Amino acid sequence: MSAPLLEIRDLHKSFGSVEVLKGVDCTVQAGEVISIIGSSGSGKTTMLRCVNMLEDFEGGSIRIDGEEIGYLTDGGRRRRKPEREIARQRALTGMAFQQFNLFPHMTALENVMLGLTLVKKMPADAARATAEGWLDRVGLLNRKDHRPSKLSGGQLQRVAIARAIAMSPRLMLFDEVTSALDPELVAEVLQVITDLARDGMTMLIVTHEMRFAFDVSNRVIFMNQGRIGEEGDPKTMFANPSTERLAEFLKNSRFS
Amino acid sequence: MGYTLNFSAVWRSFDDLLFGLGLSLLLAVLSIGIGCLIGLVLAFGQTARQPLLRAPAGLYVTVFRNTPLLVLVLISFFTLPQLGLRLSKTNSFVLALSLYSGAYLAEVFRGGLLGVPKGLREAGLAIGLTEGQIRRRIILPIMLRAVLPALGSTFIGLFKDTSLAAAIAVPELTFEARKINVESFRVVETWLVASALYVGTCSILAALLRRVEARLSLAG
Ligand SMILES: Nc1ncnc2c1ncn2[C@@H]1O[C@H](COP(=O)(O)OP(=O)(O)OP(=O)(O)O)[C@@H](O)[C@H]1O
Ligand SMILES: [Mg+2]
Repeated sequence: MSAPLLEIRDLHKSFGSVEVLKGVDCTVQAGEVISIIGSSGSGKTTMLRCVNMLEDFEGGSIRIDGEEIGYLTDGGRRRRKPEREIARQRALTGMAFQQFNLFPHMTALENVMLGLTLVKKMPADAARATAEGWLDRVGLLNRKDHRPSKLSGGQLQRVAIARAIAMSPRLMLFDEVTSALDPELVAEVLQVITDLARDGMTMLIVTHEMRFAFDVSNRVIFMNQGRIGEEGDPKTMFANPSTERLAEFLKNSRFS
Repeated sequence: MGYTLNFSAVWRSFDDLLFGLGLSLLLAVLSIGIGCLIGLVLAFGQTARQPLLRAPAGLYVTVFRNTPLLVLVLISFFTLPQLGLRLSKTNSFVLALSLYSGAYLAEVFRGGLLGVPKGLREAGLAIGLTEGQIRRRIILPIMLRAVLPALGSTFIGLFKDTSLAAAIAVPELTFEARKINVESFRVVETWLVASALYVGTCSILAALLRRVEARLSLAG
């Protein structure tokens, strides 16, 4: 077996005195598409945010292509890496958020170009070409000069995904990217993610869309109270949950 | 009874009033320019995560917002030379108004910073931007657009505050008007014209700022 793309070992994370992640282990191979499901507050978002160092964590380690993310240990002491180094490591992963978080003062094209010019140091015309290519891929090239205030929720999320993907991350993180959308706009966003999965992008997808999780992923992780409660291939898990918790969760979920 | 308006004395010295107005504008532009820089640094300081940055910024704002501008002007003009810092009348006034406007503008900017959604910083971090790049390229431009209306009225208020420079005989508009008043005894006429100049200038400033606002609006 090849070296894993992502390796999470015994991840612990607390907010104040409340431990939210209580030892999460997870290994992801290149090309895998993994859905993370679980009830509200089980720690799904927090886990993704740790991988992208949007949250500090107190225990355990996260490696991408063998490189330790966020912290270094010398002489037994664990220290946060310098901010520049963390910024570079964050660019290894792309993230799409529930609230899109597009930069409102920039057009769709400028949103996608910003990281290319500032982080990847691409010359403006190369960045423009790359950004236009990705906007085309998400079907929004004809909206490239629109500000976010002039785009629908589904379009905003597709631009946000293009912005993340354009950085050619090793791994994409999706955190409930359709939860803020009107029902009729969900499909266009899921289609974009499905296309990326087909192209071999490695992805961790937190979602409440069970049908989508079932269709798109090679593996499903069920988070339960800060731990991985159960994991496996979607067919087996959805048909024969081996824990009471998952059975209960699935029973209360929509599967449409 | 009956006071007959006679503007001839004022018109004769009208050039002085215009030069005074020019100096008022210059004082305002310099002080507001420096004040904006001070205000930006303070606003980022006050909203920083490190308490070590927040405390001094907060102290500055408290001190300079709660001292009357006239007192600052007098301190700057009369006490700094005692401490060995010799400034011209004009420079000492610019210093006082800069420090004072820095505190007011800090409050305006701070309000704007608090209104920038947290998610935008995280979206910037997620594509690998550094905190400095996020501040310059994302937070600052969004904040400035949001505070433009408040900024406009603060600028106009600070422009009017330049009239306090008359207290230390800086020859700006109010000082020139008082001179004409004293020399000609045309009290009503002099102050009518001086007020009209202030009102006219402020109206033009307000109109200009509204155009900038419309052009930079995020809704567009
Ligand atoms: N910044 C924070 N400060 C304090 N507690 C937090 C913070 N963020 C999350 N939590 C808590 O951590 C726990 C896990 O939250 P998390 O957002 O990871 O859950 P989730 O599985 O993503 O839930 P949901 O399905 O509702 O999005 C919750 O109890 C939440 O209240
Ligand atoms: Mg969540």
